[in-house]
Amino acid sequence: MVQNMLRWIVAKRLTITFLLLGLVILLFISVPLLKMVFSSSPGILWDTMREGEVTSAIWLTLYSALISTAFGLLLGVPLAYFLARHRFRGKRFVEALIDVPIVVPHSAVGIALIFVFGQDFLVGKTFHLMGIDFVSAVPGIIIAMMFVSIPFLVNSAKNGFEKVDVRLENVARTLGASPWQTFFRVSLPLAWRSIFTGSVMMWARGISEFGAVLILAYHPMIAPILVYERFEEYGLDYARPVAVILILVCLVFFIGLRSLAYRGERA
Amino acid sequence: MIEIKNLTVDLGAFCLQDIDLKIEPGEYFIVLGPTGSGKTILLESIAGLYPIKSGEIWLNGGEVTKLEPEKRGIGFVYQDYALFPHLSVRGNILFGLKQTKRPKDELQSTVDWIAGLLGVSHLLERKPETLSGGERQKTALARALSISPQVLLLDEPLSALDPQSREEVQHELREIHHRLKATIIHVTHDFEEAIALGDRIAVLSEGHILQIGTPEQIFRQPNSEFVARFAMARNIFSGEVRDAEEGDAIFSVGDMELEVVTELRGKLHASLRPEDILLSKEPVISSARNSFRGTITHIADRGSTIYLTVSTPSNFICLLTRRSFEEMNLTKGGEVYVIFKASAVHVF
Repeated sequence: MVQNMLRWIVAKRLTITFLLLGLVILLFISVPLLKMVFSSSPGILWDTMREGEVTSAIWLTLYSALISTAFGLLLGVPLAYFLARHRFRGKRFVEALIDVPIVVPHSAVGIALIFVFGQDFLVGKTFHLMGIDFVSAVPGIIIAMMFVSIPFLVNSAKNGFEKVDVRLENVARTLGASPWQTFFRVSLPLAWRSIFTGSVMMWARGISEFGAVLILAYHPMIAPILVYERFEEYGLDYARPVAVILILVCLVFFIGLRSLAYRGERA
Repeated sequence: MIEIKNLTVDLGAFCLQDIDLKIEPGEYFIVLGPTGSGKTILLESIAGLYPIKSGEIWLNGGEVTKLEPEKRGIGFVYQDYALFPHLSVRGNILFGLKQTKRPKDELQSTVDWIAGLLGVSHLLERKPETLSGGERQKTALARALSISPQVLLLDEPLSALDPQSREEVQHELREIHHRLKATIIHVTHDFEEAIALGDRIAVLSEGHILQIGTPEQIFRQPNSEFVARFAMARNIFSGEVRDAEEGDAIFSVGDMELEVVTELRGKLHASLRPEDILLSKEPVISSARNSFRGTITHIADRGSTIYLTVSTPSNFICLLTRRSFEEMNLTKGGEVYVIFKASAVHVF
């Protein structure tokens, strides 16, 4: 009996070692989150949730990220389709450029954006004439979120389009569909799941953004900045309930949307 | 009618060059060539899906060289069907019809008619992934025919199918051709398929057309080594299949009657590989075998193997190893029996 078990362990030693190492990572992710959630008293959480400052910060975070994702869809999906269908000199450079927002420190991103969208600069000035300001305003939150999260949508949509057989588009053309109709009747429906998954990722990444928004628009205050501010001014105990609520809200949406995409896959 | 003048297409590694074809209305035209000879690209160029370097394409008297694919009215069927996976069979067939802006009930009745024609009516609500290869190919054909194309382009429509579905789809193709008087260009690497279906055949090799002619001309009078090698691999007979009194079926070629195994009936072709023929100096009595007495009319020495032509008076090309050739002591003009199993004969 013991001998069998020992033999089994020896035979599976690679699997067992890797599982144990993997377990460390899983615990590393889940323990801090779970501990924070379960060590907060429900009463304090409830009170915090009814604070106007907290709800408006969370609401602002959610819809700013949603608007930035909408812009991402409008501008990023065409780029993704173009990249999936064309080969050209410098394509690798373009693909690398799309990934740059992932590697640049986000506080630096905020400063870089001010140098374009600030009111003293051409683009910022032009938008100001149209009544849109970025610094310390909601549009600033949106572009900061968009800058750091667009790679997730573009890359996912590109992978989705690459999986659509060009010959399906060819057949659609022979059947009388124009390039536009082919895109909307064949390419887009077939790639939509990748686009949807990419959108969820982009939205989630937008919600979690802190650094770039901090520089560009400290006010109006999004939830991650509110957490930071309470931590700075009042300490850990005051920051925690807000953090917990933010994490719970994110998890609910994230799990909900993931399962929606997953259900679509099985249908 | 479709006319291709001086077509040149850059394929990267090589070019399709100086392609001149004139295909009559209602003709079943075959482009025969090995894999990688540029057949698919030729079809895509005709459909406007692949950029051409020079040349002209004319369709029913009008030039379409620069016309967008959606305005050409050309039906296209790819080898692995390319059905829209997100649409049902009905949705696939409706795809092109929806572009025509005709009233809805008219579209539905067109779908029903085409589905009936190809025998896919019972599959209309199914998704492509649930269909067999033959069902998919019939759906792809129905979809291409839905727009009443002026020409139907078929890219290796049978080669991804198992033998049984292949027979079935081949039958459908013949039916479509007869009933709709459709003009068809069909590319294939399969010589038997070409002979079975084609009114005329063009043989394509490395971007050039080597020969254009009826199946009979390509088979009997190949104009080059390449065409001959394509054709000479087998013994091919044209004849008629009928029910046998016992056993499966009888294939009659002139006076000769071959015992064959097939479900097909009517005017057809039969092929027999040279290596499947057994030679014997004595008659062999066996019910499962075809046995004919003939005279050796030609001996081609290929080193370790020998090709013999035996006239019964139909010509059989037979393959022997040098050893058995020498052991049997065969000579030109000598008498010999050609013997082969009914199952060795492929009817198509």
